Amino acid sequence: MTESALPRSPAPARRPGAAVRFWHSYRAHRAGLLGLGALTLIAAVALLAPLLADEDVRKVTGAPGDPLEPPSAAFWLGTDQFGRPLLGLLVWGARISLTVGLLAAGMSVAIGALVGIAAGHYGGWFATVLMRVTDWFLVMPTLVLAIVLATVMSRSVWTVIIAIGVTSWPTTARLVRAQTVAVESRPYIERAKALGGGHRHIMSRHVLPNVMPLVLAQTTLGISAAILTEATLAFLGLGDPMVVSWGGMLQEAREAGAVSSGHWWCLAPPGLAIAVVALAFTLCGRTIETVLDPRRGVDR
Amino acid sequence: MASPRAHLLYTAGRLGGAAVSLLAVLVTGFFLFRIVPGDPVRALTRGTPTTAGQLDALRHQFGLDLPLWRQFTDYCAKALTGDLGVSYQFRAPVGELIAQKAPATLLLTGVAVVLYSAIGLWIGARAAWRHGGPGDRVHTGVALALWSVPSFWLGLLLITVFAVGAGPVPGLFPTGGMSTGTESGLAHAVDVTHHLVLPVVTLVAVGYAQTLLVMRSSLLDEMGGDYLTTARAKGLRDSAVRRRHAVPNALLPTVTMVFINLGHVAAGSILVETVFSWPGLGGLFYQALSVPDLPLVQGLFLVFAGAMIVMNLLADLLCPLLDPRVAR
Repeated sequence: MTESALPRSPAPARRPGAAVRFWHSYRAHRAGLLGLGALTLIAAVALLAPLLADEDVRKVTGAPGDPLEPPSAAFWLGTDQFGRPLLGLLVWGARISLTVGLLAAGMSVAIGALVGIAAGHYGGWFATVLMRVTDWFLVMPTLVLAIVLATVMSRSVWTVIIAIGVTSWPTTARLVRAQTVAVESRPYIERAKALGGGHRHIMSRHVLPNVMPLVLAQTTLGISAAILTEATLAFLGLGDPMVVSWGGMLQEAREAGAVSSGHWWCLAPPGLAIAVVALAFTLCGRTIETVLDPRRGVDR
Repeated sequence: MASPRAHLLYTAGRLGGAAVSLLAVLVTGFFLFRIVPGDPVRALTRGTPTTAGQLDALRHQFGLDLPLWRQFTDYCAKALTGDLGVSYQFRAPVGELIAQKAPATLLLTGVAVVLYSAIGLWIGARAAWRHGGPGDRVHTGVALALWSVPSFWLGLLLITVFAVGAGPVPGLFPTGGMSTGTESGLAHAVDVTHHLVLPVVTLVAVGYAQTLLVMRSSLLDEMGGDYLTTARAKGLRDSAVRRRHAVPNALLPTVTMVFINLGHVAAGSILVETVFSWPGLGGLFYQALSVPDLPLVQGLFLVFAGAMIVMNLLADLLCPLLDPRVAR
């Protein structure tokens, strides 16, 4: 082979090619494509919410319909107890669900990656302490901790994001640490050290790009967990009461007696929306995992 | 076989780790609930006219007038003897309240965990054995879809359809609670079972995917093993190879998973218990949150975290018995 005789181009130049190869393998998984399609659609709905549904839809006063109307031509999904069209609320709720999901998962994975890389790189007593803290978070009942945090802080979207973010990072930290230790045992790290590369250079230029794929898969899977937790917190009345969210819609419907009066159309859409988004992220995450590491993923 | 010494060291290490975790939980339990903004005594007496003297008396009664370090040492000493303080809203010892509600949670989560572990193991083993086939795809897909469903929503839907009755479906099950409370003996057991159906179905539907996926992937790891070829070469039937050779080897991660789940469900049943008005710890936690009744929330936090630690410990201690390589 002639290629192997030539020096390979530096890693940053090879990365676009890697992205194309990644997409080619990703495309072979139908479940992953399905998830990606669903996500694109939902993201588009969330971004275009002001065009699809009037902003006034969130106002309790002057709602266009009668309370608890069943689905009709005017209100495709019916109305809630204030007479607000459910479809419009659903469209606006997508924003909160996605925002909290993305930011909370991003925060959790950022903490996890930071702790994992630091523990894996420095080793010694520093790593021991970090991993003890991680283990301790790992045995905490995550939901209970998140609920308690959301209770003691003020009601806002940021509270929910922080409560989810700081309680769900330990799994990522463990995975990233293991990967970091594996990467650091390779000869090119020794070469970088010999050439005078400092701690920060090695962590950011050599370790981080190598753990990035793992981090990406973790983030995608983390988003669906975060979305479910967000809905749970909102359902328990711990969300921001000023913002329309899917979990909050379910809580309001329950409090308005939709369950005992059999108004299933108030209950079905928000829950279904949560499930579809969570499932779509899970499908994408599992597919990414399979493509990056066929031994760990779905088909193995 | 692992040497007895290695086994002993392993056990001691795990016990020590669990003890440290329990202590950490105790400390967290204290400080987490001291950062709560607002005055619990004021929240408690909201709506009733109280004098400053009465407020002080209440503060003294709950020990809130002491310096923080004294509160902490008192709290640790009491918690270690099983005294978790007095609930603000029920005016009863927290330990007593928890003991009262624990059996209901144990019944609900116990039945649910046994069922979903069994279902997950059974389907997971079958899916892995024929992996990539249509059965595998359908089972994994359905499990993942149900896993994405919020448990409280599924509970609400089940109540609307099967308890209240929707369209042609009559109300088959009670909407909530644990019993109607009139019968005794066998009739009572039947009544409780009747109340148990919908919450258990909810927990099982949402939870079995995890067991299924772990069982499936650990069995897939065993599939290439030479010992399976040997077993087949001996002329064993396919189902016997699976049941007697492959599955026992794949059980280890799944058993760990089941125990960790047992620790989780106590906390995880908060929503299902709330939705079905099940008189257990999860429902109590929800009630305590809405006040907020700090001693009760704190006590339940300790119980939920303690359950996790104990179950993790049990899983760790059980593993070397199933697979001697673990303790080596």
